[in-house]
Amino acid sequence: MRHGMANRKLGRTSAHRAALFRNQLASLIDKERIITTLPKAKELRPQIERLVTLGKNDSLHNRRQAERVVGEDTLIAKLFTTLGPRFNERPGGYTRIIKLGARRGDAAEMAILEFVGYEPKIEEAPAEEKGGGKKAAPKKEAAEETEAAAEAKPKKKAAPKKAASAKKPAKAAAPKKKARTPGTKRGQ
Amino acid sequence: MPNPKRRHSKARTRSRRAHDFLKQKSMSVCPQCHEPKMPHRVCPKCGYYKGREVIAVKDIL
Repeated sequence: MRHGMANRKLGRTSAHRAALFRNQLASLIDKERIITTLPKAKELRPQIERLVTLGKNDSLHNRRQAERVVGEDTLIAKLFTTLGPRFNERPGGYTRIIKLGARRGDAAEMAILEFVGYEPKIEEAPAEEKGGGKKAAPKKEAAEETEAAAEAKPKKKAAPKKAASAKKPAKAAAPKKKARTPGTKRGQ
Repeated sequence: MPNPKRRHSKARTRSRRAHDFLKQKSMSVCPQCHEPKMPHRVCPKCGYYKGREVIAVKDIL
């Protein structure tokens, strides 16, 4: 029977898991949007919602409760002075999860976890994008993207060939590290 | 120990495997760029979801 087994373990020990959530919650409070795997996002959501609810009522006790989870003073300050008042009228549901599809490499389902009302800053041609319903813009962009990808590919292929075989272990190790903590540093 | 008495024919193996195939994923159409996309997910072609651009396409892996 799987009674009373509410949360995912995410293949980590409890200390590792706590550290992961601490990092991701800090990033989320700081950047207001993070990209991570869907299971991590789903685990994170109730935790960040609890913090924001604490942030609505600024008291010494609540601040200490929040500090138990997120250690940084600047982030605690942001939680109580910015996020709390921002969501004062909203009875829960401060965040949303948007599914992105499978990640290349391990086909893990990725997701955006962001605060409701987050305005994405799109770098390429922001004026065009804000217009919304233009049909030409996205197609054009897509074409550019494929071109860019085509250009990037030969470079990538060329680089490993040049690299001596001795360098290979180091290269293999680097992506592994990234894969282990995908969500922590990738907030926009 | 029990062992097979007879060799399985090619036809027997192939008939068994006739049902081993992958199903086509059911796709929806992106209302923004009209490309096929997975339902309930951001469009990988244009980065739009529910009528707004949620992510720059280059950031989708």
